[in-house]
Amino acid sequence: MIAVENLSKRYGRQMAVDDITFRCEPGTVTGFLGPNGAGKSTTMRMICGLTPPSGGSAVVLGGPYRALPNPGMRVGVLLDASAQHSGRTGREVLSLSARVLGVPPSRVGELLDLVGLSKAAARKRVGNYSLGMRQRLGIAHALIGDPEVLVLDEPANGLDPEGIAWMRRLLRDFADRAGTVLLSSHLLREVEAIADRMVVIRAGKIVAQGTKAELLGATGVVVRTLDPDALREALTSAGVATTPGGEGALLVEAEGEAVGRVAAAEGIVLTELRAADGAGLEELFLSLTASDAEESLIA
Amino acid sequence: MTAYAETAPRLALSRPGIGRLASVELRKMADTRAGFWLLLTIGLLIAAITVIVVIWGETADQNLAGIFGDTIEITSVLLPVLGILSVTSEWSQRTGLATFSLVPERERVIAAKVVAAVALTVIAVAVCLLAAVVGNVFAGGSWSLGLGDIGRGLVYELIGVLVGVAFGLLFLSSPLAIVLYFVLPTAWAILGSISALEGPAEWLDLSVTMAPLVEASMSGREWAQLGTSVALWVWALLAIGIVRLQRSELK
Repeated sequence: MIAVENLSKRYGRQMAVDDITFRCEPGTVTGFLGPNGAGKSTTMRMICGLTPPSGGSAVVLGGPYRALPNPGMRVGVLLDASAQHSGRTGREVLSLSARVLGVPPSRVGELLDLVGLSKAAARKRVGNYSLGMRQRLGIAHALIGDPEVLVLDEPANGLDPEGIAWMRRLLRDFADRAGTVLLSSHLLREVEAIADRMVVIRAGKIVAQGTKAELLGATGVVVRTLDPDALREALTSAGVATTPGGEGALLVEAEGEAVGRVAAAEGIVLTELRAADGAGLEELFLSLTASDAEESLIA
Repeated sequence: MTAYAETAPRLALSRPGIGRLASVELRKMADTRAGFWLLLTIGLLIAAITVIVVIWGETADQNLAGIFGDTIEITSVLLPVLGILSVTSEWSQRTGLATFSLVPERERVIAAKVVAAVALTVIAVAVCLLAAVVGNVFAGGSWSLGLGDIGRGLVYELIGVLVGVAFGLLFLSSPLAIVLYFVLPTAWAILGSISALEGPAEWLDLSVTMAPLVEASMSGREWAQLGTSVALWVWALLAIGIVRLQRSELK
């Protein structure tokens, strides 16, 4: 269990993390979403006791992370897959940590098998690893103490689609055994298939959080038609807001039935009408995070 | 389940001891490419200097004490670099993220590094002694070498390595710490030529205070001077470094 309360981090005059509060419960995977530089990594470092917060608190398994006697046995941490000594072999990286934690050396072979690093790959130095291999090594490293909680910063970064599917199964299985997972990403696609809950952060502040269904509930339906302009006018005059959904689709903040009635009254042919699941979440994510890009363009 | 799973709850409640952490730190000094080649180079230099002294050395050096002293001297050049890298690689290679996640009590990691550096130095001095014994079999010189001589050789090496660890912790950068480690004695030599600084240099300049260690004996005053300079360059720097480390952010 992770409980972040009113957590803040100030660098000079800039608030990297600004008074954020969220919880990660056992049995769930929480996706921590936001554009680069939104404060995700800083938050995760504060949870793991590596960065002192300017305010608020982060509680892991009932207390501050740094109060855990042998934290690697209870919390698996992957903050940066590239933060390993380039001159050390993958197997050696795991062996060192197995020794620190006090787990038997046989754990190392088990973990290498689990994450799909071959014996030959494990003998290579980390400097020769691809980013995907480093992520697999990093996940093995996080799992070595068989923890109850996982904190993973951008773990899908550099993984191929097959690797992402593998990680989804791994984390789903971990959560189903009452584990708690917090994983971050700047890409919605990576997280939406894995996470039960989402915490969306922008410029240090949480802009949305909840279950996937909750976040989607507010975003209405996707509709396609032979005559998008006519439908948009008809919906607008009926007092229903629309936004372009890409590829000729419209995102409508209304029930499917209401949209259908408007279309029927105007004699407009609909080719598609459905709840805005993934697409809606993407719109949401983009709209929540868009002003960052605008700010950086102005700056 | 495996036997490991049964012991896991117990492991979760017991923090790793300094001995175990030190053995990990010792292994980390040797298990990287840089560490391996540095250790091999030190070994080869010890062998090379032994051969050189035995074949071409001055007669005064061709005995157990002489060869031992020369191997100690050559070892003391590179061993401190291992002490520096032991600390700085946690930042330059960013392994500190993992290291300090697993052991949040950061001062214990540094203590383990100090213990590991001491252990490595003891091993290095033992290798020097072994080389001197083998060398003297061929040189056929005197076998007299007191425990005091070995002890002073060990202290000489230890100070160098610990200054290395302290410099590493102070600068957190491999190139900066290594350069300053080697430049410092020269800086003192220049400063020491200023007459007003001669007095302080006798107590604070390690190259001055360590010089009597390679002589046959040391007076009480010389030990006091050595102790003062070590207190500054090792213990004070380590203390500053640890206090700063505990408050700092690891990225």
